[in-house]
Amino acid sequence: MAEASYPSDLKYYEEHDWARIDGDVATFGITWYAQDQLGEVVYFDLPEVGKTVRKGDPYAEVESVKAVSDVIAPLSGEIIEVNEALSSGPEAINDDPYESGWMVRVRMSDPSEVDSLMDAAAYEESLS
Amino acid sequence: MAAGTETLKRTPLRERHVAAGAKLVPFAGWEMPVQYGGIREEHIAVRNDVGVFDVSHMGEIETSGPQAEQLLQRLLSNDVSKIAERGAQYSVLCDERGGVLDDLFTYRLGPDRFLTVTNASNHESDLAWFERHSANVDATVTDRIADFAMLAVQGPRARALVQDLTDGELPKRFTTVERTVAGVPDVLVCGTGYTGEDGVELLVRPEQAPAVWDAVTAAGATPAGLGARDTLRIEACFHLYGNDLTQDRNPIEAGLGWCCKEDTGFIGAEAVRKARANGTKEKLVPFAISGQGIARQGNPVIGGGVVTSGTHSPVLGYGIGMAYLPAERTEPGTAFEIDVRGKTRSAEVRTKPLIPEER
Repeated sequence: MAEASYPSDLKYYEEHDWARIDGDVATFGITWYAQDQLGEVVYFDLPEVGKTVRKGDPYAEVESVKAVSDVIAPLSGEIIEVNEALSSGPEAINDDPYESGWMVRVRMSDPSEVDSLMDAAAYEESLS
Repeated sequence: MAAGTETLKRTPLRERHVAAGAKLVPFAGWEMPVQYGGIREEHIAVRNDVGVFDVSHMGEIETSGPQAEQLLQRLLSNDVSKIAERGAQYSVLCDERGGVLDDLFTYRLGPDRFLTVTNASNHESDLAWFERHSANVDATVTDRIADFAMLAVQGPRARALVQDLTDGELPKRFTTVERTVAGVPDVLVCGTGYTGEDGVELLVRPEQAPAVWDAVTAAGATPAGLGARDTLRIEACFHLYGNDLTQDRNPIEAGLGWCCKEDTGFIGAEAVRKARANGTKEKLVPFAISGQGIARQGNPVIGGGVVTSGTHSPVLGYGIGMAYLPAERTEPGTAFEIDVRGKTRSAEVRTKPLIPEER
């Protein structure tokens, strides 16, 4: 997507990740800003289902033509699903970062961490 | 973000880059466009059509005088006497141990007048090296970096595009002529490039660079940044100083023996002669990743060796690069493994160029 956007139903983390909260499950992805900084994503190294992720730690790698970058977990928990479609179509991370470009679903180990995330307005403010 | 961007040197085309939506990054002391629309589309534009790069960060050194050829013969690895007037030649600059100080193109502008194009990161040290060795020679070494901006117009349509803007015939490959381009007189048009495509490089006075840029882009050349320049040159297997060439490597192990003529007695010739005769422990080879993953500069090769350039090939759709491997493992087709940030990736030695010449 060409224009910056930060949906208001998502929570945001300072490492340019978003999380969509649904009960004790959170879906993670990277923000419009993050994909724009990366440039065209050519490879997404899928993490494994069952792996434990910790807020602030890398859980996956995303490669653009020019560089490799860590993807940082915005919340802690266990990976229960990965977006297999990114394996053959990583460009979804650029084209549709909030929907088909989602990366993993995580069962949260500490749902109270959600309170530490930013809302869309605060995240956009942090970018300026 | 890097601090002190205001201290970076700017090319005369900076405003054009900003207007075209470029991302500007610090590179070798310059503020340079790394990409505009995207590396992949710029890369493909150069492979299939035509792109234009601002490479004004490249430096220029003029060597002139009755013993100019003699001085360059001592400094440059290739046989400078073989450069015809208006010809161009690639060579490396070596230290006494045969370590590579820079890789360079030299143009013969007149019988006793040469222009050598340096890498931005090495320009000052190259200039000092040239000056140091010119003390007892009847030749003058002049820093010309402030006199030139440089545009590279590259791609299968590059020559036709530039030809339409030019008052006379374009130079053949590895030659140079002065022409009026887009109404700008005395542009040094060179039949050289760094993409593996045909094209020209234009050396133009800085204040006139925007007029040439405007004409070339108006004629349909896609602005392309340093990002695409890097992916293009890796596909073509051209060396990048600082990655594939350093002072710790000699030209033989780097695969540049073809541009070293030891009988000319250049500085480092004896070391190069020995390396050629005895062989080297490692050799630089092109490689492709078999399967997934992208190796990057600095990734170690399992069992010895290191990746010096690596990227995703927009043409091939998989990871490629260049690596120094133990000499006994450098046959094309040899499988090896690379430690890519803790993950083992399979790779295979290829031949150059990494992309087919006919596509």
